[in-house]
Amino acid sequence: MSFVLGRLGQTVLVLLVAAFVSFSLFRYVGDPVNNMVGQSASLADREAMRAALGLDDAFILQFARFVGNALTGDFGMSYRFGQPVATLIAERFPATLELALISMLIATGLGVPLGVWTALNRDHWLSQVLLAASLIGVALPTFLIGIALILFFSVWLGWLPSFGRGEVVRIGGWTTGLLTVGGLRALVLPSITLGVFQLALILRLARAEMLEVMRADFIRFARARGLKPRAIQYRHALRNTLVPVVTMIGLQFGNVFAFSIIVETVFQWPGLGLLVIQAIQFADVPLLAAYLVLIALCFAVINLAVDLAYVAIDPRVRSGGGVRRTA
Amino acid sequence: MRLPVLLTTALSAAFLVASPVLLPTSAVAQEGKTFRYAYRVDPASLDPHALAETFTLSWLGQIYEPLVGRGKNLELVPALATKWEQPEPDVWRFHLREGVKFADGTPLTADDVIFSLQRVKKDGSDMAYTVASVTDIKKVDDHTVDLVMAKPNPILPVQITSTYIMSKDWAEKNGATAPASVKAKVENFASTNANGTGPFMIASRQAGVKTELVPNPNWWGEKSSNVSKVVFTPIQSDATRVAALLSGEVDMVYPVPQQDVARIEGNDGTKVIKGSELRTMMLAMDQHRDELQNSDAKGKNPLKDKRVRQAIYQAIDMNAIRDRIMGGTSHIAGTMIAPGINGYDPKLDDRAAPYDPEASKKLLAEAGYPDGFTFTMDCSNDRYVNDERICQAIVGMLGRVGLKVTLNAQTRSKFFEKVLSRDTSFAMIGWQPLSYDAHSTLQDTMNTPVEKVGTYNIGNYSNPKVDELTRKIEVEVDPAKRNAMIFEAMMLDKADYGHIPVHQAGLAWGVRKGVNVVQRSDDSLELKWVSVD
Repeated sequence: MSFVLGRLGQTVLVLLVAAFVSFSLFRYVGDPVNNMVGQSASLADREAMRAALGLDDAFILQFARFVGNALTGDFGMSYRFGQPVATLIAERFPATLELALISMLIATGLGVPLGVWTALNRDHWLSQVLLAASLIGVALPTFLIGIALILFFSVWLGWLPSFGRGEVVRIGGWTTGLLTVGGLRALVLPSITLGVFQLALILRLARAEMLEVMRADFIRFARARGLKPRAIQYRHALRNTLVPVVTMIGLQFGNVFAFSIIVETVFQWPGLGLLVIQAIQFADVPLLAAYLVLIALCFAVINLAVDLAYVAIDPRVRSGGGVRRTA
Repeated sequence: MRLPVLLTTALSAAFLVASPVLLPTSAVAQEGKTFRYAYRVDPASLDPHALAETFTLSWLGQIYEPLVGRGKNLELVPALATKWEQPEPDVWRFHLREGVKFADGTPLTADDVIFSLQRVKKDGSDMAYTVASVTDIKKVDDHTVDLVMAKPNPILPVQITSTYIMSKDWAEKNGATAPASVKAKVENFASTNANGTGPFMIASRQAGVKTELVPNPNWWGEKSSNVSKVVFTPIQSDATRVAALLSGEVDMVYPVPQQDVARIEGNDGTKVIKGSELRTMMLAMDQHRDELQNSDAKGKNPLKDKRVRQAIYQAIDMNAIRDRIMGGTSHIAGTMIAPGINGYDPKLDDRAAPYDPEASKKLLAEAGYPDGFTFTMDCSNDRYVNDERICQAIVGMLGRVGLKVTLNAQTRSKFFEKVLSRDTSFAMIGWQPLSYDAHSTLQDTMNTPVEKVGTYNIGNYSNPKVDELTRKIEVEVDPAKRNAMIFEAMMLDKADYGHIPVHQAGLAWGVRKGVNVVQRSDDSLELKWVSVD
């Protein structure tokens, strides 16, 4: 418990630092005022707007105001949409989370078993093919995969939609595309695109770790004791393989969630990534600030979850002392 | 763990979802036709007075209507007013159409018009400039309104073609009597809801994602469209937008990037409709500072010398820019206004001097810069069609006559911040008069910058004669005299080499065959003219 509390304290600190750093960068994103007024506005009108938004105030003052308001749950109004930032983010959050979850599910569900299998069957021809394919997965840029998939499955074959989220069902404040055929179809291409890199990464890591563990002394002793190969592989080796793999999956989930910007742009996926890329172009500072803090929060939470997962997987962590970090 | 089993299961699951045979695509439209289209961005707000931005206004024009509208060739046509006249030089009288109803069923009266125009003048409204000349609004009777001005304003009707009329009752009931304002931190019912008199109304909308429109049953106009449902989606990525058209998921996309025109034309079942923009791209040169910024010409500003400006003019090969960068679709500009803008005259559009690098070098030598000089060019890289590539080409061409130019291409918010604060020596910007009248170009980009005029005259070009003509054009009632003065002012700028007009970029809309649309040169898609076979 004290472990969790300690981590929560650290989280607050991380969020403050993230907010501070992002705020100090905002002065370089350009002038939002020009985007907010039409071409007929005079220079005096623009100055008045800038003053009203507090953009002329000292950096520290702006930052203090942001933190103060954020503590009361007020993240301000988006310059572009004229709506509260919190509402906008809440509206877009489900789309990104679903996309990230599905793509990580694909990546993990295929990556771990395939990685283990290729480690155990190193000389099988399929292993060689999978490894070569995973190299391509790591090397190809995401947007290229996305556009190639659109070209193939949408334009040529006409099987799957090339953009958007399909039909969504609203449940309370949450919108989901998982319950409709249209929604599921729309998920296929973006989640594959987003998952390909992660799949390749997890596969290669799982394979490497498995090979490493299989060479370890305790596996040799287990063999000497005459345990069945399956029991050795899945009870002893796999468990030890999973610790670094879980760390990686956790951190990669953060990445997938935070940086789905490219995939969301290519597929016009109405999530946070699309919102944020438009916010950058518009210099929509309140939206950017809230987004970056949210992302920092996500990473902090994921890290905490990963640490807790260690406890479940690796009994050595439970016996007190520090947590072994591999990444 | 059996790998083949795992793979087969995964693959068959994927195909189950993917296969169109097993799971048919969502329902096809029942009665009437559905028209699905995509544009690069979403309208910024539904509040018709919140932002004076071309696309937002054009899109909202499907839902809301002005007093005076625009026809297929941008000519003025009656909209909510059937007739307008000037009983006295400083009064415009508008006779409202009888029997017009808003989408919610309330009838349109003079009170709605007065309320809307007053709302437009409120703080937070970005449309105030359209009625800036109006000092008083008077109700004559339920269907007649007088707009009173301090001095005659002959172009008021052309200025208000995007000034939309809202329902007074609806706005008051929903607390939307003032425009949405981020400045005042007011959220506004009208920025997410709409109630207009226009041909279409909103059935559902998720900002930035999807908007569905249906015909407004209360619309007064003659129904010429057979569309019973419109689905609008913003698709930001050019490649995805084009793919959506090619795959048949949408019926129309715009804008189509130049490099994809051939692909859409080569595809069975799609075509491209081309035209020219109304926005004129131009080069602005600093004619104000005594010492040019970021230059090795210390202590002086070579751009103040007309010979130097002419040298730059003659060093740029506009044909090459049109053919190599714009795919042959742009219209080379000889003046600051485009064909289609009120005041345009083909005689204005002749270039002031031909492309001639040798003449350029001679002029530079005469002006005292035989070896040229250095300066920086400011350019946006995400605002105008091919903006960065055009600037790169210009920098290269100027290099050939000895002008060593450093290009500073940035994203739009950085670019405008820099050039509007006059922190520039040489920059490319575009201007499209929202009133489609030359006066806006003169006032905002050519008049000496003071207070509210000349905001976009970023090179601070200043010719008192042009300023004087601009003032006169503002109040001249006789169209022939007015056009003569526009001609004179444009010729003065040209003779001064005050600006270097570049071109109007080509417009390209990608349309599925069997879909009929009217392309207006202001890039506005009017849904009432759309029909689907």
